[in-house]
Amino acid sequence: MEVPILKQGEYLIATFQAALSDADLENLRRALVHQVVRFRSRGVIVDVTAMDVMDSFASRTLREIAHMIRLRGAETVIVGIQPEVAFAMVQLGLTLEGVATALDLEEGLAYLIEKFKNMD
Amino acid sequence: MARRESSAKDSGTRTNNGKELAPNEAPSELLRELVAHLRQNRTQLREEWVGRISETRLLTAMTKEEIFAEATSVYDSYVEALETETFEALQAYARNLSERIIPRGVETHEVVGIVLLLRDVLARSLFAKYQADFRKLNRILDAYEPAANRIANTVAVGFVQERERVIRQQQEAIRELSTPVLQVRERLLILPIIGVIDPQRARQLTEQLLRGIRTNRAKVVVIDITGVAAMDVTVANHLVQTVEASRLLGATVIVTGLSPEIAQTLVTIGVDLGKMNTVGDLQGGIEQAERLLGYKVMAVAEPR
Repeated sequence: MEVPILKQGEYLIATFQAALSDADLENLRRALVHQVVRFRSRGVIVDVTAMDVMDSFASRTLREIAHMIRLRGAETVIVGIQPEVAFAMVQLGLTLEGVATALDLEEGLAYLIEKFKNMD
Repeated sequence: MARRESSAKDSGTRTNNGKELAPNEAPSELLRELVAHLRQNRTQLREEWVGRISETRLLTAMTKEEIFAEATSVYDSYVEALETETFEALQAYARNLSERIIPRGVETHEVVGIVLLLRDVLARSLFAKYQADFRKLNRILDAYEPAANRIANTVAVGFVQERERVIRQQQEAIRELSTPVLQVRERLLILPIIGVIDPQRARQLTEQLLRGIRTNRAKVVVIDITGVAAMDVTVANHLVQTVEASRLLGATVIVTGLSPEIAQTLVTIGVDLGKMNTVGDLQGGIEQAERLLGYKVMAVAEPR
């Protein structure tokens, strides 16, 4: 299943649907980095609102996505982690360290805009 | 169907009123006989029982009148259970009774004690009645004992179940009381924690907080633990997890009010304090939160 990636000005928004396979996650990582390069995006928002479970593979992939995008000079924000999922994640020690997080799409965009406002 | 057995030992055994006994009286017949005896001697046996109760100093939380009233109900339920050989009514009565006496401070050992005393009082009266006929006494006891034991069991279990229900209810009430999540400014939540945190409460706290962050769209949370005396390693870990989980929802946590003991615990378990935002007291925590949120609080007039 392909994850839709939308362009919003200088930002890309990738919205997870529920239940992504490992292969889907790999494809997403490739696609996002590709698009960041193509559109010279400054930021990426990955919306995981529809995800009701986060395993270690998904968590690691998200960290890798953030890393690779940072190497392109862009910033990643993960948004929409549900309370139950967050609780389960920290119990498993999956803290998404080093990756910015925000409550939802609105907050994610506000975060990126603020970040780049300070940079300009 | 009863079979007549001839036995060499059976040489003219007689009851008190001179009638010859059938060697194998059916158990239900015996039960009926003993129930009749217990009903007939109700007043006297009940009095004897109440006497024993005060002798052994049970139910001290209740007045003599109350004990007498309850004793009457218990006696009647007891005899009825013996008669019908069903225990549902007794169980319901036991729960009901427990509901009434638990708030009075009656303890488990007292309830078990009085039921066993009744069993003893009734057994003694059976010994007395059938003392001339050991065989019959044995048969009567064969019918009486299993039922009496089951009764004692039913009442004790009913009482304990009611106690456990009350305890669960109180625990729930305490938990709900003590973990309010309060919004004091836009995007700013305060979670004041007071009392003892056990792992279950810690878990409930975290869930409540995360839901509160989402509902109120909080960006900063101040968790105040001034009112927490001590924290073991498990709970300290829960606190760290709460901070991490909150971050995943885009909220920053400031922990305030750490006592020296708790600070020691956190250092001992190796919490990366660089990851945890801590401030001395609640006031300081709120001030920092406001700064993070871009508020500036100034006095514009003298206090009135």
